[in-house]
Amino acid sequence: MTQPAPPTERATSQPLALQARGLVKRYGSVTAINGADFDLRRGEVLAVIGDNGAGKSSLIKVLAGAIVPDEGKITMNGSTVHFRNTSDARARGIETVYQDLAVIPALDITSNLFLGRELRRKGVVGSLFRRLDMPAMRSEASRHMSELKIGTTSVSQAVETLSGGQRQGVAVARAAAFGTGVIIMDEPTAALGVRESGQVIELIRSIRDRGIPVVLISHDMPHVFEVADRIHIHRLGRRAAVVSPQERTMSDVVALMTGAARPTETEAAGGL
Amino acid sequence: MTASQMSVPAHTPSQRGVARLLQTPLFGSVAALLVAIIVFSVITPNFLAPRNLSLVLQQSVVIGILAIAQTLIILTAGIDLSIGAITVLGTVLLAQTAGIAGPIVGLLVVLAVCIALGSVNGMLVTLLRLPPFIVTLGAFTVLVAGTRLIAGSRTFPVNDPLLTLLGNSITIGSFTTTYGVVAMFLVYLVVGYALSQTAWGKHVYAVGGNPMAAQLSGVKRHRTIFSVYAVSGVIAMIAAWAALGRIPNADPNAYQNAGLETITAVVIGGTSLFGGRGGVLGTLVGTLIVSVLRNGLTLARVDNLYQNIATGVLVIVAVAVDQFMRRKTAT
Repeated sequence: MTQPAPPTERATSQPLALQARGLVKRYGSVTAINGADFDLRRGEVLAVIGDNGAGKSSLIKVLAGAIVPDEGKITMNGSTVHFRNTSDARARGIETVYQDLAVIPALDITSNLFLGRELRRKGVVGSLFRRLDMPAMRSEASRHMSELKIGTTSVSQAVETLSGGQRQGVAVARAAAFGTGVIIMDEPTAALGVRESGQVIELIRSIRDRGIPVVLISHDMPHVFEVADRIHIHRLGRRAAVVSPQERTMSDVVALMTGAARPTETEAAGGL
Repeated sequence: MTASQMSVPAHTPSQRGVARLLQTPLFGSVAALLVAIIVFSVITPNFLAPRNLSLVLQQSVVIGILAIAQTLIILTAGIDLSIGAITVLGTVLLAQTAGIAGPIVGLLVVLAVCIALGSVNGMLVTLLRLPPFIVTLGAFTVLVAGTRLIAGSRTFPVNDPLLTLLGNSITIGSFTTTYGVVAMFLVYLVVGYALSQTAWGKHVYAVGGNPMAAQLSGVKRHRTIFSVYAVSGVIAMIAAWAALGRIPNADPNAYQNAGLETITAVVIGGTSLFGGRGGVLGTLVGTLIVSVLRNGLTLARVDNLYQNIATGVLVIVAVAVDQFMRRKTAT
């Protein structure tokens, strides 16, 4: 395993892929997001961590288009964007992998990969008889799966015949196939065993190595420290700090997360 | 998911042996159908006669067609108790409107009414988010009473050749059957194609198998569910037409248990009541199992009530075997 490049080099040399400023989301008297900022650089894995109820899920949902914020601004590659729903975000190349293994059990890998984006045959067969181009989708699916080194015997296999890690692999491959801008992973290892979690971490690395930035929401500190280039710490509905896993230890990060320790000025301002 | 497994072949290797065959969803129902056919051909002399086999198919037509609609709805994790009642209303309206305005207008009016009734079910399920069981139970009750109000205590004999068209005989080789049987197989082919070869079919499985994942993947969840109820209206109209071909007399008291019988056929055919799993091929086999059982028991001079008992037991056994197999494969 090669050591990731030092954070200073990696983080500061790359322009921003996705940025948010002053996000606010209220539900009646509850404020889920309270003026949160967010910065994701190109080609990095940014871990987002925070205690339960810190609002990290809400933040991620705003970035994925699943929640429309009351206030705040989101910019993608320099231009302002407004996501009214997840389709808007997907149209800009933002794909999300949800924690509860978001696949359809009885459908095969190919159909899962292309769900909602099916390819039809050319000519009358496709336009009038609406026939799907299964051969083209299968070979595409096969290519995506092998690019990510997800070993399954066949892309015509029903997803329910796969292990938990392989299923998550299908969800990740799906995101990687269409996520040209940003891939967001919400607790991708929460439902998995140790070995399978390791495989998902491996997938996250190979996606980053293809140049696509990854936002990883996780409770699992060892995973975060294993794969993240920078760590966004969320607390009380806003960004408390962005730290480097090279400069801080796991217990530092936990202390920052719970408010037991204070971040440095640079960290509080969004890090390097 | 290891680095050593680099390539993913695009097709399933066929050599997986008996274990795989046993896990095939259709294996159990096809085996049951074959066993029933073998048993009845041994214990009754006339079962395998072409005339009798043709009769089995003709007896399957109405429930067989309706069960296709039921399959679509159950695949979306719904259920339709009203489908039989829609059909019965359809037969009565066909007989009445055709008498007034001619058969073609009658067929079009009944088509529109059936689509409308299916769509009302679909709208209540999707827009008001009511449970399909409750919606269609209510619709069933309303439709049964409504049909009797429209019909009074009468039945309506039909003698228009277009309305009884699906009862006409057609000879294929040495086998004589009816247009109704051909129509049933056609509907199976069309819906089977739509389920396996179109995006709509994939979406039907998706909204039944994992509604949240389907929605997050950009599948129009409510639109898909609604479409299934609307399509079931079309299928109910075809079933009503076929029913008049089989018995040219619209009777408001006929097919009272049709809704439940379609559920029987779907379940015996291996489609999961939880949605997202199964298909129309299984439903065809399930329909044939019930027909073969009833026909064979009739030939063996078994009372109708015992046939009902046998069918009821079969449903429970079918689901029990299905659950058992699933638990086994899950571990």
